[in-house]
Amino acid sequence: MRYITPRKAAMGLGAAGPSTGTQHHWTMTVTSVALVVLTPAFLLVIGRAIGLPREGVLVYFSQPYPAIVTALFLIVGMYHFVKGTRIMIDDYLDHTERKVAIIFSEMFGWAVIAAAVYALARMALSAVIV
Amino acid sequence: MVQFTLPKNSRITVGKTWPKPEGANRLKRFNIYRYDPESGLNPRLDTYWIDLDKCGPMVLDALNKIKNEIDPTLTFRRSCREGICGSCAMVIDGGNHLACIYGIDEVAGDINIYPLPHMPVVKDLVPDLTHFYAQHASVNPYLITETPTPPKEWRQSIEDRKKLDGLYECILCACCSTSCPSYWWNGDKYLGPAALLHAYRWIIDSRDEATGERLDQLEDPFKLYRCHTIMNCTNTCPKGLNPAKAIGAIKHMMVDRVV
Repeated sequence: MRYITPRKAAMGLGAAGPSTGTQHHWTMTVTSVALVVLTPAFLLVIGRAIGLPREGVLVYFSQPYPAIVTALFLIVGMYHFVKGTRIMIDDYLDHTERKVAIIFSEMFGWAVIAAAVYALARMALSAVIV
Repeated sequence: MVQFTLPKNSRITVGKTWPKPEGANRLKRFNIYRYDPESGLNPRLDTYWIDLDKCGPMVLDALNKIKNEIDPTLTFRRSCREGICGSCAMVIDGGNHLACIYGIDEVAGDINIYPLPHMPVVKDLVPDLTHFYAQHASVNPYLITETPTPPKEWRQSIEDRKKLDGLYECILCACCSTSCPSYWWNGDKYLGPAALLHAYRWIIDSRDEATGERLDQLEDPFKLYRCHTIMNCTNTCPKGLNPAKAIGAIKHMMVDRVV
């Protein structure tokens, strides 16, 4: 039993302030619009790579357009994923579970971004070296 | 926090079935949620039969008839009986409605009646709206000015006055907020559609001078941004208002402040 007034319960800890809700909302908007363009571009890039031999794929991804589109799609997509996951976590989890889930979500997202960028760089550079 | 199952003491059991009225030609069956926290028993669903030839056309008429003629222990709020006070908001046929303006003939089969969802129940169909009202009060739903009060009146153009249409009509029945899943899961922090509609009503008021402070109060991942445009609020509002649109307008103003 907590003897607090209904008004105090409604106010809680107050508003979190600048760079919280609106920043997240705007980030989701920007990445959503970017993905509207990047998703079909990425599908076209991947579509052209299907069926190529290994050396052909390496040469293909050493070209600027396929490499940059793929990198942008993966980075923006995973950033959007991390931010979107945060919405679900905030909706469905609470207290310590919420904090732990946010940490793992962020770690997973950035790990995928790092792995994707590394893979792309390796493909592009190996083709150059070859 | 989200809960996908009811607590053990909230699970509904089979209740009492009251006898059918004798000599009735047009019978309607009402299944009504009954709960008394002081009894220590789980909620139950009681069944009543109403002779439609001896009852008014609205669900509230049937509830009054049950209370007056069948079971005086049935508890529910009601006052204006014309959709102005918002007291008789409850779940009728699976949706949040005002019993006084919801016709019995709008439901094809049995009429199932429950209290507003996901709120503590005081008794039977009476939810505890203390937190809901406190959230409304927290948005300071009144005119705030720094300029000294003019001798005659705060003037407002016809165009600016029109911006309040669709907002000031809210009667705080809580149908919208209690239909919102985000409010179910995070009602302790999320203000809900009703409080946000009232917040916008004062944010958009041309006479109010606390627009920035009002937006500051909503700059929070939970107070405002738990709204995911599910639109249950707009779908269920018995006054035909659009809280989701008001919340969207607040978000636009928030973005305009930073971009």
